[in-house]
Amino acid sequence: MEPKIGVYICHCGSNIAGTVDVEQVTEFAKGLNGVAIASNYKYMCSDPGQLMIKEDIERLGLNRVVVASCSPQMHELTFRRVCEDAGLNRYLFQMANIREHCSWITEDPRKATEKAKALVSAAVRRVFYQEPLEIKEVPVNSNTLIVGGGIAGIQAALEIADSAHKVYLVEREPSIGGHMIQLDKTFPTLDCSACILTPKMAVAGSHPYIELMSYSEVEEVSGYVGNFKVKIRKKARYIDEEKCTGCGACRELCPISVSNEFDLGMGKRKAIYIPFAQAVPNKAVIDSQNCTHLQKLKEGKDVCRLCQKGIEKKGVLGCEAGAIDFGQVDKFVEVEVGNVIVATGYDTFDPSLIYQYGYGRLDNVITGLEFERMINASGPTEGKVLLKDGSELKSVGIIHCVGSRDMKYHEYCSRVCCMYSMKFGQLVREHVPGVEVYEFYIDIRSFGKGFEEFYNRMLQEGTIFIRGRPGEVTNVAETPEEKGKLIVQCEDTLIGRQRRIPVDMVILSTALEPRSDAEQVARVFSLSRSPDGFFLERHPKLDPVATMTDGVFVVGCCQGPKDIPDTVAQASAAAARALAIISKGKMEIEAATAMIDEEVCSGCKTCNSLCPYSAISFDEEKKVSQINEALCKGCGVCAAACPSGAITSKHFTTQQIMAEIEGILI
Amino acid sequence: MRYYAYFPGCSAEATASALGLSTQAVAKALDIELIELEDWNCCGSTPYSGIDEVEATCIAARDLALAEKTGLDLVSPCNNCYITLNKADSFLKEYPQLKERVGEALAAANLKYEGGVRVRHLVEVLFNDITPGVIASRVKRSLDGLKVAPYYGCQLTRPGFGFDDPEFPKSLDSLIESLGAEAVPFALKARCCGGAFIISEEDMALELIRKLLDNALENGAQCMITPCPLCQTNLDVYQGKVNSKFKTKFNLPILFPSQLMGVAFGLAPRSLGLGKNAVSPNKVLASYL
Repeated sequence: MEPKIGVYICHCGSNIAGTVDVEQVTEFAKGLNGVAIASNYKYMCSDPGQLMIKEDIERLGLNRVVVASCSPQMHELTFRRVCEDAGLNRYLFQMANIREHCSWITEDPRKATEKAKALVSAAVRRVFYQEPLEIKEVPVNSNTLIVGGGIAGIQAALEIADSAHKVYLVEREPSIGGHMIQLDKTFPTLDCSACILTPKMAVAGSHPYIELMSYSEVEEVSGYVGNFKVKIRKKARYIDEEKCTGCGACRELCPISVSNEFDLGMGKRKAIYIPFAQAVPNKAVIDSQNCTHLQKLKEGKDVCRLCQKGIEKKGVLGCEAGAIDFGQVDKFVEVEVGNVIVATGYDTFDPSLIYQYGYGRLDNVITGLEFERMINASGPTEGKVLLKDGSELKSVGIIHCVGSRDMKYHEYCSRVCCMYSMKFGQLVREHVPGVEVYEFYIDIRSFGKGFEEFYNRMLQEGTIFIRGRPGEVTNVAETPEEKGKLIVQCEDTLIGRQRRIPVDMVILSTALEPRSDAEQVARVFSLSRSPDGFFLERHPKLDPVATMTDGVFVVGCCQGPKDIPDTVAQASAAAARALAIISKGKMEIEAATAMIDEEVCSGCKTCNSLCPYSAISFDEEKKVSQINEALCKGCGVCAAACPSGAITSKHFTTQQIMAEIEGILI
Repeated sequence: MRYYAYFPGCSAEATASALGLSTQAVAKALDIELIELEDWNCCGSTPYSGIDEVEATCIAARDLALAEKTGLDLVSPCNNCYITLNKADSFLKEYPQLKERVGEALAAANLKYEGGVRVRHLVEVLFNDITPGVIASRVKRSLDGLKVAPYYGCQLTRPGFGFDDPEFPKSLDSLIESLGAEAVPFALKARCCGGAFIISEEDMALELIRKLLDNALENGAQCMITPCPLCQTNLDVYQGKVNSKFKTKFNLPILFPSQLMGVAFGLAPRSLGLGKNAVSPNKVLASYL
């Protein structure tokens, strides 16, 4: 069919027309080969602009369209849709960027106009050779995989499951709950963290549409949006989850005590244990590293097993449910899902790296998370704030920004520390009457709802705020009053003086940082990471939960430090995005994919390893490479690399690209 | 044999001649050839830059230009020379205008500096090039049982030219341990001794010195080592003044790392300048000499 091309030049108000002579460009376009009509308009993206194109397609029978306006990033979708509405295949449309690439960066109007002509000419020549492509759709699997059972993962799981779609919630620890279940109170309302979280945990644990896989980790993900295949390792718990009633009798029998990671090593737990009272699932787990039986079993010896056998002499029974199974091994499960939500959370910064703060070296220097456990009624000290020697404290120093806002560690602000530090001040004053609380801060960042009000309350209620990042925490006393104390040395920048503040306890408000295995997780889910190490969202402003991989979303602190309400909002947003894909039921896949001419392919496999989307496989029977169109993103790497020229990138054929270059060079 | 261009600095030639002596003695024992930079001049030290930054950079740059001709790394045993020469080098790389002016001054003496010299401290060379393991293998009399406080001073690691942690340096600690001695925990190991303020603000400096001595003793130190000749002078020579001012009884020998190393290598006390210390180390070191 003879090409009949319509060319439309946009003024973009004065953005383009202020520099480019649009009338001249229009006249120029009229003279180009195959152009049936060329016009210009103030805003091509507006309704009248769109209508103009549609009417021309219908009235003049245009079979190609070029719009010279802004970046295709902005409006390619708009104009493709306009063409489709008028019955023209979207791949018969071409856009010339005469704004970002021309009017905005070229001062001389004469030069800008010449450049715009060249760009229009290139687009016209290119569109001449463009061909309609078939737009394919693939069905979407309605299951969703959620990785991480903290508040982010739980919230997203509940949102999706409540709409009657299946969720696989995978958590690597023995219980869901994440960091939030370790916290005592939440700022600024001072709600009990566990009280607001445990109802959600309980629902997640028993929801008919949630399959909770605790003590499990995702090993591999393959496939694409709508059709992911996921391999999950269910770590051996040595407990039959079906049988275990969570009675806890096994714990009493176990002779091995080790430090309790849930209480950050401040308390003890047994080698067979339930992580905490409200654990979901409320099932025991055996820590194989510390269980005498499992360790000796490697040497072929059968010892202990008290949890299983009980103590006969004393008439104490072992596990009555018969749930203990020392023969368990890691199991692999494969599931199919349409969407993946990554909610893997954060690690806290290790403050022993900042030697001068004395963590791990001086007694009574603790981290914020340790304080959360200490002040919690179910924590190792049952909520009593005690010094190492068991005595009560009279004063406490809280150091903000430990590892945050520090070029040597993390440049970013961790967003939650100001508020949780002030919360600590409030809690310690509630628990220990008459205590002196010093907050050492750089700036108070109380940006959230009710935050500034909380800060003002703390100011009024007697917390002492000292502006300055402390240089050191030391036990080297210089005066008799300092003897036996921890001295926080800092420059009080409000009075311009060095000060030494003797306190009994120092709490380090440590930064939130990416998980230590973030790189590996990023690889499994094809995620990118920002320079700070957190997972990268598709767009920082307008697409904050999607990622560059369609169908994979990131929520909560794995994307960057944030507080609980922001995390919950993000989780709900990701759930909505996943549900949108599920409810549509099918996905369009990119039609501009690569294509292999099997007649020409020599079977060298060069392309197989180069494909960044693992879309190319090798057909052993035919001895040729094959492209999975659903996986192919049309990046063109294979086409460029193919030594025998067997691969064509649809919509980016050699003919089209050469024509575009010729157009530029007129 | 390893070769380095050697910048002794004024102190190692005069007030801290024990530093110069012991550095050469220990270098020989470790197969290090320190080739003294021909016609070197004073690095300018810290005070000069307080008066005229450009002139101060010029005189340090002259040393750098001379060192560049040798093609060797420039090693100094003095903290002050180390930081001054390094500072000049980094300023010349960072500020093109300064580089131009300094370049003119050098050209008048038929010299030029292209920025190709690595300025290094003796402690860093011992730690990174020679390594504590090799040093341990040269020990003839292990300093087993000797408790040593490692004192770094402020200029060795601050503002930091990248060789040790500015807040919590460890290199001297491991050198002490390579000799068989024990490095005691010393919280104030990178704290200021008062430096040149001992001249202008004596009371303040004496208080700083007192704190250092006090903290080292509290941790059980029998002697202290410091690579900095100014710190060594303050802590050693002014110990008596501290004692009379604060009614204390400090008697802590303050040695250079090279002196202690020389003892462990079994070198003659004379070659290490052990007789030049104000607080005599003879008693503490008696069983190792």
